[in-house]
Amino acid sequence: MEAFISLFSQYNVPAAFLVNIELTLWSALFSTILGVILVMMRISPVSSLRAVAGAYVELFKNLPLTIIMVFMVLGAYAQLKLSFSDTFATNFFWLAVTGLSLYTAAFVCESLRSGINTVPLGQAEASRALGLSFMQSATQIILPQAFRGSVAPLGNTLIALLKNSTVAAAASVATETSSLMSEMIEYRSDVIVPIFLIFAFGYVILIIPIGMLTTYLSNKLAVRR
Amino acid sequence: MASNESAVLFDQPGPKGRKTIRIVNWVAGIVFAIVLVLILMRLHNPPDGENQLSWELWKPALDGEAWTDFYLPGLWATVRATILAVIGAVAFGLVFGIGRLLPSLIIRTVSGAIVEFARAVPVLLLMIFFWRWFAFAGLPSPAYWAVVLALVIYNGSVVAELVRSGVGNLPNGQREASLALGLTRTQSLMQIEVPQAIYAMLPAAVTQLVVVLKDTALGSIIMYTDLLQESRRLGSMYFNILQTLVVAAVVYFIACWLLSRLAEWLPERMQRHTAAPAEPEPVAPIAIMDPSNVNQIAVAKEGVPLGGAQRLYHVHHRGTNASIRHWRQTRYDQGYDETHPESQIKFDKNGRPLRENPFGDLRKEGKPKGDKPKGSK
Repeated sequence: MEAFISLFSQYNVPAAFLVNIELTLWSALFSTILGVILVMMRISPVSSLRAVAGAYVELFKNLPLTIIMVFMVLGAYAQLKLSFSDTFATNFFWLAVTGLSLYTAAFVCESLRSGINTVPLGQAEASRALGLSFMQSATQIILPQAFRGSVAPLGNTLIALLKNSTVAAAASVATETSSLMSEMIEYRSDVIVPIFLIFAFGYVILIIPIGMLTTYLSNKLAVRR
Repeated sequence: MASNESAVLFDQPGPKGRKTIRIVNWVAGIVFAIVLVLILMRLHNPPDGENQLSWELWKPALDGEAWTDFYLPGLWATVRATILAVIGAVAFGLVFGIGRLLPSLIIRTVSGAIVEFARAVPVLLLMIFFWRWFAFAGLPSPAYWAVVLALVIYNGSVVAELVRSGVGNLPNGQREASLALGLTRTQSLMQIEVPQAIYAMLPAAVTQLVVVLKDTALGSIIMYTDLLQESRRLGSMYFNILQTLVVAAVVYFIACWLLSRLAEWLPERMQRHTAAPAEPEPVAPIAIMDPSNVNQIAVAKEGVPLGGAQRLYHVHHRGTNASIRHWRQTRYDQGYDETHPESQIKFDKNGRPLRENPFGDLRKEGKPKGDKPKGSK
């Protein structure tokens, strides 16, 4: 118990978790926008849009997140001089957000696509019979039902994103949890297990409410047919 | 697959529609080409940097020495860790997945707590912890064992959930029949349900294999000399890290892509061996008490057997949160109404009932005995 108290007084653990939550929320925002655009492209009648969206999803689904993060820092920043800010910390933070968003958008697109699978054929047929155009039937009939059907996979994606935000360490974000844990273990190797438990249970506490909310919402919002 | 969905969303375009599509196609194609050219120009001439497309930078990233000294040993390290982690994860998953289904409350609770904990902790934190711990304990090659153990624990918990959902997705009759034959609950679980669940989970497990392969790249953060770490080392020697990372990314992509294709090809084969649905989930079960939309997808795909009207209640109850202990409640939540058993009749694709006379039981009440409906033998 004393170990825990001294650790908490010595290091600012909640601040590190806050960095991860910020990373998660920004990436969730951007990846949702990109994911919706991708899924619209993927179901559109235009074959070139379909091909590009399909290629994007295949590419990012089959690449390790770590290599994307390393690429953001060592490739995009160090060699291509792509930078968001002159302050190192801010710059790396936004580079990490970019990497996470690009990666997660592929999974958001897949989740939404699995939601589109939950919409019965009759819905699309009926909307076409009523004379709605592709955009009208997609935005007014298909996607609203698809969103409700994809709450569960989207919640899973959000949880994965929160856990993946620790990989920002590979993009040199030094204030987030895995970097802080590494630093704490380095200086306090006598209490390595309590340090690990603090961070592990921190994530358990963050993830349980998301999981419960996802389950509740996916049952509540599921379209009863 | 994309074509299936798109075929649903729009009609076969007429002459006017085809013209519009052609125009949009051209515009989109030009926009993508411009984006590509802009990226190449940026690579060719980055602000105060050297030309990233020059052969001088690409040659050391592609020549034979790079492969024999860096990429191939790195790839071997990645593959070695992946294989060991997969074997460990399957063992871990089977033990705790079955543990979560056993009748004993204590075993169930303990396995459940371990699985839920392992699913919630980020793999990177596990890796860093084991790495430091093994290093302090003086074990040989701590980074390797940390990568393997962290991946075993996380992916093992996912496999455990796959086992559990595989058993939960089996039709209830499997269990009822084995209990009726005099098997105990544990025997029914081990001899009837789990073997079928393993077939059902195989496609999803191969999808998980892709996750394991991708996650070994996290090892580069703890200095494990895998493919990513080796490509970084090579890149820092010739200052061409962008190029070496691209080569490593291509290698990762090809390996993962081949495994993904395998996972798409497997379900059809596996479906012959099991009564549970053998479709891989679009996203691995991660959320605690994970809900699943496999169920909703299945409902939407059942078609319109009753002549145009969507069926009110579907045949199977499916989903990863389907615990066999609460099947009655789950079925009710999912819309199955016990007072309407006729809605559970299975139909083939053409809307004909699979059983010869599905409404026989209902008709019997109002009709005299021996009056068979015409057409049945």
